[in-house]
Amino acid sequence: MTTTIRARRLLHRNSGARVTTLLALPLFWLVVLYIGSLAALFVTSIWKIDTFTSKVVREFTFQNFIDVFTDKAYFNVTIRTLFVAICVTLICAFIAIPMAFFMARVARPKYRPVLIALVITPLWASYLVKIYAWRTMFYPEKGFVNWLIQPLGGSSPGFGIFAVIIGLTYLWLPYMVLPIYAGMEKLPNSVLDASSDLGAKSGRTFFSIILPITWPAIIAGSVFTFSLSMGDYITVQILGGTFQMLGNVVYQNFSLNLPFAAAVALIPVLIMMVYLGSIRKTGALDNL
Amino acid sequence: MKLSFTARIMLLTMMGFGFAFIYVPLTLVVINSFNKNTSFAWPPTGFTTSWWTKAASNEGVRDAISRSFFVALFATLIALVLGSLAAAAIARYKFFGRDVISLLFVLPIALPGIVTGIALNNVFTNFLGELTIFTIIIGHATFCIVVVFNNVAARYRRLSSSMEEASMDLGANRFTTFRLVTFPLLRSAIVAGALLSFALSFDEIIVTTFTAGAGQTTLPIWIFQNLFRPNQAPVVNVVAAALILVSIIPIYLSQLLTRETSTR
Repeated sequence: MTTTIRARRLLHRNSGARVTTLLALPLFWLVVLYIGSLAALFVTSIWKIDTFTSKVVREFTFQNFIDVFTDKAYFNVTIRTLFVAICVTLICAFIAIPMAFFMARVARPKYRPVLIALVITPLWASYLVKIYAWRTMFYPEKGFVNWLIQPLGGSSPGFGIFAVIIGLTYLWLPYMVLPIYAGMEKLPNSVLDASSDLGAKSGRTFFSIILPITWPAIIAGSVFTFSLSMGDYITVQILGGTFQMLGNVVYQNFSLNLPFAAAVALIPVLIMMVYLGSIRKTGALDNL
Repeated sequence: MKLSFTARIMLLTMMGFGFAFIYVPLTLVVINSFNKNTSFAWPPTGFTTSWWTKAASNEGVRDAISRSFFVALFATLIALVLGSLAAAAIARYKFFGRDVISLLFVLPIALPGIVTGIALNNVFTNFLGELTIFTIIIGHATFCIVVVFNNVAARYRRLSSSMEEASMDLGANRFTTFRLVTFPLLRSAIVAGALLSFALSFDEIIVTTFTAGAGQTTLPIWIFQNLFRPNQAPVVNVVAAALILVSIIPIYLSQLLTRETSTR
């Protein structure tokens, strides 16, 4: 009894003790379990494996990194993966910016919640279902895309890099729409009025006022579209045909050569770290 | 905002294109679930409801749904407690290392799922010996925490602390203040975070692939395993169509809940 009272007094007076109490469990989970596992994984990347049993042997070697960085094939996979992630991010931004702008600034306020629900709700459908939907769309010869462009003399591009880019764009679009919408909604009307009072047409107002102010929100959206695209391997398996990305290389090596898989997995992590580090100054992380 | 005629037409075209892009693929899946043609060639050749009855009696699907439900429930419960605690600490106190910790709370969703997956797999198989359904729950909780944290922290940032201060000035202690003032203000954000985290967990496949024990087939794993089997195609399609219809309900609810307080 007295100890609980003493504990309460301590919590009441000492804000450091309060923070510790609040953070102890969540930090234990994320630091020990999550960061600990990540660290353990990357330590594995400097170990060897027994080539007969596929078991990890705890002997120091840089061979995995030498293999990853000298083999042209892995360099090409990294470039391809980056290319896909950049394309997905750009297309997402291209679709999301006008939609978010229309919903936040042009549509009448009473329709806004309905519009945003109409855009966001279907996009929260299951990951696999969305990819499955695009698989039926792109199916060579009998899919919807083929049916749509056949009269024009074309045929479905089938499964490959194009289908992967479209599929990933579809998957991560809500992560781009939501922060941009939130950013544009926050803009005060007075700024836009001032711009038009000073003679700017709508295009000028958009590019000189709205876009720069909502830039952090766009970057925040790009964190998701970029990183989620870079690590994906399931979409690539379903829509990619023979096309491969970094995630697939990790997946294929995971059960046979874990140290090598860990070394390859370090590539997207490093790229993400560089990306997160370079955008810290834009204030995008507060928009996540 | 005032727009020129051309700008308005352009925006409307982009909106129309965006809506078509979002809705056409999902609508096709729902239509295809009634398609008589087993190979799902477009356009459909006839109407049938037999795939739905076939899917409803599929043991594998039912088993997978109940397992996914169980996993999502417990992952969400863990995430609710840990995510809300962390949000309270980060939003209400200034302390050394706060920025690093808020970055830490982005990592599980900012880093590729496959990295989280193999990292957890490596630790689980080495320290626990084998994978079970509980390793899936632990894996899911790790990113569900982030979802709850984000929702609750965002709400905390919008609330000023003056109401809590008023309550304590009027003599309530911290616990009473939390129970009667802070919690009611946070409630809808907590519920929205819980719904989102449940939906994410129910849907997750990558981390699940690496943390699921033998035979622990969750619904996404079941779909993936049967996706490339032509004779299972109609059932997979019905499951996909059903998921589209079902997933819309909880998300729509969470939208309503966040709106109710944001338009306040």
